[in-house]
Amino acid sequence: MSAQGSQRPSQSPIAEPAWVRRLLVGLTLVFLSLVVFVPLAAVFAEAFRKGPGAWWRAISDGETLSAVRLTLFVTASAVPLNVAFGLVAAWALGKFRFRGRGLLVALVDLPLSISPVVAGLVFVLLFGARGWFGPALREHGIQVIFATPGLVIATVFVTFPYVARELISHLEEQRTDAEQAALSLGATGWTTFWRVTLPSCKWALLYGVILCNARAMGEFGAVSVVSGHVRGETNTLPLQVEILYNEYDFVAAFAAASLLALLALVTLLAKTLLEAHEARTAARGSGSSGGAGRSPTAKELR
Amino acid sequence: MLPGFGLTLGCTVTYLSLILLLPLAALCAQAASLTWAQFVETLAEPRVLAALRLSLGASALAAAIDCVFGSIVAWTLVRYDFPGRRLADALVDLPFALPTAVSGIALTAVYAPNGWIGSLLAPLGWQVAFRPAGIVLALAFIGLPFVVRTLQPAIADLERGLEEAAASLGASRTRTLVAVVAPGLLPALLTGFALAFARAVGEYGSVVFISGNMPLETEIAALLVVTKLEQYDYAGASAIAVAMLVLSFAALILVHAAQRLASRRAGSAVR
Repeated sequence: MSAQGSQRPSQSPIAEPAWVRRLLVGLTLVFLSLVVFVPLAAVFAEAFRKGPGAWWRAISDGETLSAVRLTLFVTASAVPLNVAFGLVAAWALGKFRFRGRGLLVALVDLPLSISPVVAGLVFVLLFGARGWFGPALREHGIQVIFATPGLVIATVFVTFPYVARELISHLEEQRTDAEQAALSLGATGWTTFWRVTLPSCKWALLYGVILCNARAMGEFGAVSVVSGHVRGETNTLPLQVEILYNEYDFVAAFAAASLLALLALVTLLAKTLLEAHEARTAARGSGSSGGAGRSPTAKELR
Repeated sequence: MLPGFGLTLGCTVTYLSLILLLPLAALCAQAASLTWAQFVETLAEPRVLAALRLSLGASALAAAIDCVFGSIVAWTLVRYDFPGRRLADALVDLPFALPTAVSGIALTAVYAPNGWIGSLLAPLGWQVAFRPAGIVLALAFIGLPFVVRTLQPAIADLERGLEEAAASLGASRTRTLVAVVAPGLLPALLTGFALAFARAVGEYGSVVFISGNMPLETEIAALLVVTKLEQYDYAGASAIAVAMLVLSFAALILVHAAQRLASRRAGSAVR
């Protein structure tokens, strides 16, 4: 789609003059370099400033390792919850039309418009020492805020739209013929879901999981508010980056950040591959476009 | 009719109520514990007012910058072919994929007075990091994908026939771009602006490192929420949080309305 412009002779009536095109391409490359590429490169340059040995020592530091473990634990708790919710919500909101459906879809998107800091604040108000449920839970010895459960809940809040919206928009576009056929042949609703619906939306699901996972591992504002910053205990990797940075331990901060930047690059690669896969299937197949591969709309990025 | 509607709808509503509506109700209840006069007083405090004004202004400016450069980036990515196009296209998503804390320290490292780019600007007397300019930079970074990814499909969907018709009727390329192409892209541009703005108003991680966090000067609203919370001023934090939510929802609703108006105009102009 993009090559069309260049294949036209430059004097074509609907092409810009060559010097304008060169100027615009130049501006694009300079802007993206200054604002996006150079900062990314700086993460790795700063991380390896004192050599791979210093980088490795910073990564294998006990507190950083425990931050990595906590991040993995929080993500491994939040993502499956969001997958379960996404599948259930997609069945109700994607396969059926009813009054109030639009409102529910809007609610699913709502966390994307809420400041991460506010997302953390609401859970402090609920579970904090002076919150609605905090004192009662404390009597039973359960601490949510400034502990791991709070991190998980805040992460769930921030990330649940990613899987759900991807699956909802995928199921919306599909007809229900295949499911109807399975049911009329005697399959139970459960079997129909596992054998017909789930395989048809596996790529959309994977796409949603990738975005959800990236956001869950990298979330900063919301978990920062509920974590309490107990070293080695309630610091996720992004919070560890902040602490090390504020202590002027820049090599260690950027070493930890380089792990997260690597995660971002892997996420982008997986996303690009999935989109290419979907574009190929769409070109080959019936043209039924699914959720995973159409080029992402900005809304999905949030 | 497919089975399972009642069960899945019930689960969806329950989950949304517990994880979304109950917490937001707690926020509203906390803010409502203030009288209207106290609420206004909290927001009118010089430090709070300055933070809200800064968040609002910097977000609007950053979204506007994203619209200018985002348009150029989206146009070249869709219409032209050049070496590195695919890489540039992938780079556009990076601000979304990179954890905000990493973006924050990376931008600070590059644009600090001793950083790669900051040290080039310092002799010119330009300081970016630890100034409002740094906040705008971080917010423009965060908002860029929203503008570009909203514009790209709109540019790809433009009917080239219209541009050819305009050209064959004697319009110059500039005139065609202004009179035919720009109106067609306006709704998408407005959407991109609103998304970038709404995201920027609440942004925290990428800003706190580069902003310097001086009260009254470079302290953003989200940081003030955190500060109030650390002082156990729950009501104050909730009041600012509600103000931020209202701002970003208002932007989304306003632009949604403007966008419908613009697309109706564009539609009638074409026909």
